[in-house]
Amino acid sequence: MTLKATPLNNAHRALGARMVDFGGWDMPVNYGSQIEEHHAVRSDAGMFDVAHMCVVDIKGANVRGFLRGLLANNVDKLQISGKALYSCMLTPEATVIDDLIVYFISEDWFRLVVNAGTAEKDVAWMQQQNEKTGAGLTITQRRDGANAMALIAVQGPNARAKVWEVIPQAKDATAEMKPFNVALVSGTAFGEAMVARTGYTGEDGFEIGVAAEQAEALWNALAAAGVKPAGLGARDTLRLEAGMNLYGNDMDETVNPLNAGLAWTIDLVSERDFIGKAALLAQGQNQQFLGLILREKGGVLRSHQKVIAANGDTGEITSGTFSPTMQQTIALARLPMSVQVGDTVHVEIRDKKLAASVVKLPFVRNGKILAA
Amino acid sequence: MSNIPADLKYTESHEWIRVEADGTITVGITEYAQEALGDIVFVELPKVGTNYTAGDDAAVVESVKAASDIYAPVSGEVTAVNGAVVASPESINSDAYANWMFKMKPSDASAVNGLLDAAAYGKTTGA
Repeated sequence: MTLKATPLNNAHRALGARMVDFGGWDMPVNYGSQIEEHHAVRSDAGMFDVAHMCVVDIKGANVRGFLRGLLANNVDKLQISGKALYSCMLTPEATVIDDLIVYFISEDWFRLVVNAGTAEKDVAWMQQQNEKTGAGLTITQRRDGANAMALIAVQGPNARAKVWEVIPQAKDATAEMKPFNVALVSGTAFGEAMVARTGYTGEDGFEIGVAAEQAEALWNALAAAGVKPAGLGARDTLRLEAGMNLYGNDMDETVNPLNAGLAWTIDLVSERDFIGKAALLAQGQNQQFLGLILREKGGVLRSHQKVIAANGDTGEITSGTFSPTMQQTIALARLPMSVQVGDTVHVEIRDKKLAASVVKLPFVRNGKILAA
Repeated sequence: MSNIPADLKYTESHEWIRVEADGTITVGITEYAQEALGDIVFVELPKVGTNYTAGDDAAVVESVKAASDIYAPVSGEVTAVNGAVVASPESINSDAYANWMFKMKPSDASAVNGLLDAAAYGKTTGA
């Protein structure tokens, strides 16, 4: 099978990246040292090729009404143009089809950014709901074809300043812009740019979308401004420290989002009905999503390792790694409801049962260690 | 293209083996293996005196990315381990051939003849 390539594939190869098959995409895992790339994002600025993710534009007369029913979070929280919202899209059985960000541009145009591996399934599901509800909307993926867009995430305490050096037109539009907002900036050296103050690292920064053919020029200009290229390896350790879920690891179509720490993204307060709501209310929550820090030497926490509470109840690690910021091994885990923050649990690693502490998420935010 | 010293023996599972003058062997992981693993953050070594059959799990190397078992390249007894790589796992990334993991006394001295030479190992890694 031929791997799919983003518009930045040549740029990665020119930088000597170690490339891997990431869900059918030929992507950089690191450009030398994953740990150095991680530290660059926590202390300065790093950038990630996230053009494998997919922009989906939904346009038409009543996009808001459609999204009220489609998404578990409530798009009525988006009242000012430019505001963004994180949400799950659920099956009728209340499991997670995908997690995504929805940007409110205008009443007849909302933009979604969805995961790479789920994009085709997501768009098909949206089309199906569009037809079923008779919403009559135009749903367009922007990853392939003539109007393809590419996304680059620039993250770190100095990320915004470096983006403004490279795209001066973005400064006026985004200097006062709060997190979880987007601006569409025209007339830049890279054409129209979508500049969103969002990310997946627990640091400040932007996710920038430009026309696919402009992506390599933008990447090279950011590199020249001192933004360090960072691979998917660092992206994973950063998001894990930030306590952010990864689709496919921490939740998927077998998992109820309440059991994956996503209750904060689900609006059950309003009268609004949405796909999966009835099943979600019927099922409720029977596991909790918390952090673990390994307290004994003996290995690294990894997904699928079994967690045993003091009373014998069991849970499972969904993502684990060595944290470069904390210099400890950490994990996200689905744990039994009987476990409390501060408890000691044991994790099965190979032939050993090693002690770990249960902590609140996130582990790290804006360069500071919050859980220890 | 990874560095594959000509004076060492190799396994398909990316261990390198140096046959010492006294017939013992020194075992580590290859340059290719450390590159594939990425930043190494944890090493677990066998106990001195343990007897292994060729192919047994003898040690573990974990990187930020993944865990990898290190196999006994031949049957024999562990005679020494290198505690320095446990204390500084990243030293294997900086020099995979200098930072050995354990030494063994093969139960059959001729068993090392069955290991790959540098040219044969180079083919398995596409180098």
